[in-house]
Amino acid sequence: MDVAPKLLDMVWAILIFGAVIVGILGLAALYEKRGGRRAGWWFLGPSLVLLAIGLVYPALRTLWNSFRDAGGGKFIGIDNYTTIFTNSDELVVLRNTVLWTLVTPFVATAIGLLYAILVDRAKGEAVAKAVIFLPMAISLVGASIIWKFMYDFRDPSGGTAKHPIQQIGLINQVIVWLGGKPYNFLLNSPWNTFFLIVVMIWIQAGFAMTILSASIKAIPADIVEAARLDGVGGFEMFRYVTFPSIRPAVVVVLTTIAIACLKVFDIVRTMTGGNFDTDVIANTFYSQTFSANNQGLGAALAVVLFILVIPIIVYNVRQLRASEGR
Amino acid sequence: MTRTRLRARQGVALAASAAAIALVFAGCSSDDNGGGGGGTGTSTGGGGGDDCSVYKQYGDLKGKTVTIYAGIITPEDQPYIDSFKPFEQCTGVKVNYTADKNFEQQILVQAKAGNAPDIAIVPQPGLLAQLVGTGKVVKPPQAVSDNVDKFFGADWKKYGTVDGTFYAAPSGASVKSLVWYSPVAFKDAGYEVPKTLDELKTLSDKMVADGNKPWCAGINSGEATGWPLTDWIEDFVLRLDGGDVFDKWVSGDVKFTDPQIVQAFDAVGAYLKNPDYVNAGIGDVKSIATTTFQEAGLGIDPTAGGTCWMHRQASFYAANFPKGTKIAPDGDVYAFYLPGKTESDHPVLGAGEFVTAFSDRPEVQALQTFWSTDTWANLKAKASSSDTGGGWISGNKGLDEANLVNPIDKLSVEILKDPNTVFRFDASDQMPAAVGSGAFWKQGTSWITGQSTQDTVTKIQAAWPKS
Repeated sequence: MDVAPKLLDMVWAILIFGAVIVGILGLAALYEKRGGRRAGWWFLGPSLVLLAIGLVYPALRTLWNSFRDAGGGKFIGIDNYTTIFTNSDELVVLRNTVLWTLVTPFVATAIGLLYAILVDRAKGEAVAKAVIFLPMAISLVGASIIWKFMYDFRDPSGGTAKHPIQQIGLINQVIVWLGGKPYNFLLNSPWNTFFLIVVMIWIQAGFAMTILSASIKAIPADIVEAARLDGVGGFEMFRYVTFPSIRPAVVVVLTTIAIACLKVFDIVRTMTGGNFDTDVIANTFYSQTFSANNQGLGAALAVVLFILVIPIIVYNVRQLRASEGR
Repeated sequence: MTRTRLRARQGVALAASAAAIALVFAGCSSDDNGGGGGGTGTSTGGGGGDDCSVYKQYGDLKGKTVTIYAGIITPEDQPYIDSFKPFEQCTGVKVNYTADKNFEQQILVQAKAGNAPDIAIVPQPGLLAQLVGTGKVVKPPQAVSDNVDKFFGADWKKYGTVDGTFYAAPSGASVKSLVWYSPVAFKDAGYEVPKTLDELKTLSDKMVADGNKPWCAGINSGEATGWPLTDWIEDFVLRLDGGDVFDKWVSGDVKFTDPQIVQAFDAVGAYLKNPDYVNAGIGDVKSIATTTFQEAGLGIDPTAGGTCWMHRQASFYAANFPKGTKIAPDGDVYAFYLPGKTESDHPVLGAGEFVTAFSDRPEVQALQTFWSTDTWANLKAKASSSDTGGGWISGNKGLDEANLVNPIDKLSVEILKDPNTVFRFDASDQMPAAVGSGAFWKQGTSWITGQSTQDTVTKIQAAWPKS
């Protein structure tokens, strides 16, 4: 398409968009004399319509598809769900997702919290924080490729006296230097899942550190001072002053990372492609839907993922409300 | 009092909306600058130096555009783009070629969403059937069908046919039944190219006796990990059980759990799961699963160490050797035909692409027709020879071998043209996606890392769509 008609289309789109906005605001202003509540609906309306089209409809459609066969045609009841909870490969997928969701948030938050406390008001705090925050700036795929090189494994038994195997992966080279035997990190289940989790922790620890560090700094100085005067030691300070003060922030960090882990896709897809028993729900959902053309099972996996996310969201929202209420 | 206040508010609201519009404007215009750059190269039109008489039949299509979408990316995309140049110059059509690695997932999404390209280059009959299933694929004009009858064998036409209706003409082809080796190293060691499967086994044993590891293999390919293994299995099904069983296996009438298929798995296992045979220069049996298919056979090259003696991979593997590697019958690297059971047996496993149209506009049909001729096949072969040093062949009988520079391409065409050849299209490319690009890959990978043959075939069979 040429540029001119494209430009014209765009101008039209913007004019229509503008007209809609003016219309809404005009109507809202008109109705406002009869009470502010009704005016609110005029603002909410468009969002509700868009939500219905972009979120509610696809969700219902996915639910509908999850009770249908691979092509999306015949109704097959709960067969897809039976497969997810009985097939041995799918059970491994569920196990891995549980591992991701349980291990990553706590470890990443613990590391972030420890780091935030250690560097708090220390010399060179800005630099120290930047170093651990940097991985956040890297995309998950980029991070996965970096770690793929870190974990790279060359089997020494493949070499000959003339051509000994050289390790390319940093970690295995360090192991060799220390006199150990190289290890194939990505192959042996279930440990390979933990090595994938390390990548997520590497990324998320920076996020946890930033949020927690900010909330530590927000603790009123007089509380800390009062505790000091009462003769509180380092650990007690953390136990009775710091932690209770930042509890809402910790909850937010934990749940945010947990949700990110439930949805984890990029790392698994880039590093193992879901092979060697490292598959997780989001990746299986994608490959079942788009590669294997098994849309029923794909939709069922999406629904399971959705159901698993709900409790975490509910908890998150309740915690937020509770902290706002105080 | 209330009135004036209301007025003021209205004013604010209007100002706010104006600001919003301005913002949107700013956002879009900068966006357009970024995207607009690609669309500047319009067709120059008119005839170039080439003879346009062959293109007369397509008529004057000046100002029309045909979009092509494919999974063939740099550097292999350039010969495609170049091969359409004379057509573009003589008819005035602009051909827009785009490609990305996610083609196989994206094209289905696009077809279902109704924004498919005019033409897609589909590398699998199974995917073609899925696309036809969406109802968006358009039948080609009669001229294409006639051209395919004229230039291709009946088997090739069959692979572009879904449920008895012909949809897509074949484009490129590749021969998969090849074993890469080093002629120089074989000569030095006194090894002979085997002519039967038994000889292949004897040769492998001899290499082991000489203190060598004969085979190297790698099946890692990201989310498609496992496909090189399926090629091994298919080659052995074709050799041990023959073409008929192969066809029934593809259609699902012979199950994976059938003894004939299990036997092929075990025959492959005798090579790939044999620690004496693999994984030369790379590691143990399990390392096959974590080695990428691109890297796996590089050890064949004596200048790269010569750590490996034999590597079974398709004709396109030539592109993976570094530039300057001498690929020739007497060079550093070459390939021999993976032999059949007996010397007179000549089964060949291959693959190819199919030109699938989603529109019946005249310019699309013109390009489709041109694409199915020998003229195009030769243009493409020439373009591949000059752009990428070869690496492209076609089942098109009008393809002139003089246009191929790469010895591997010549060998592949010879194998395809051999009158004894029993050609079969890659089985996993034809099977339902749940098996062909799902369970077969995945369970095959587990099989390499230790799963038993019985478990493997049972699990693959379980993934076969019911009904």
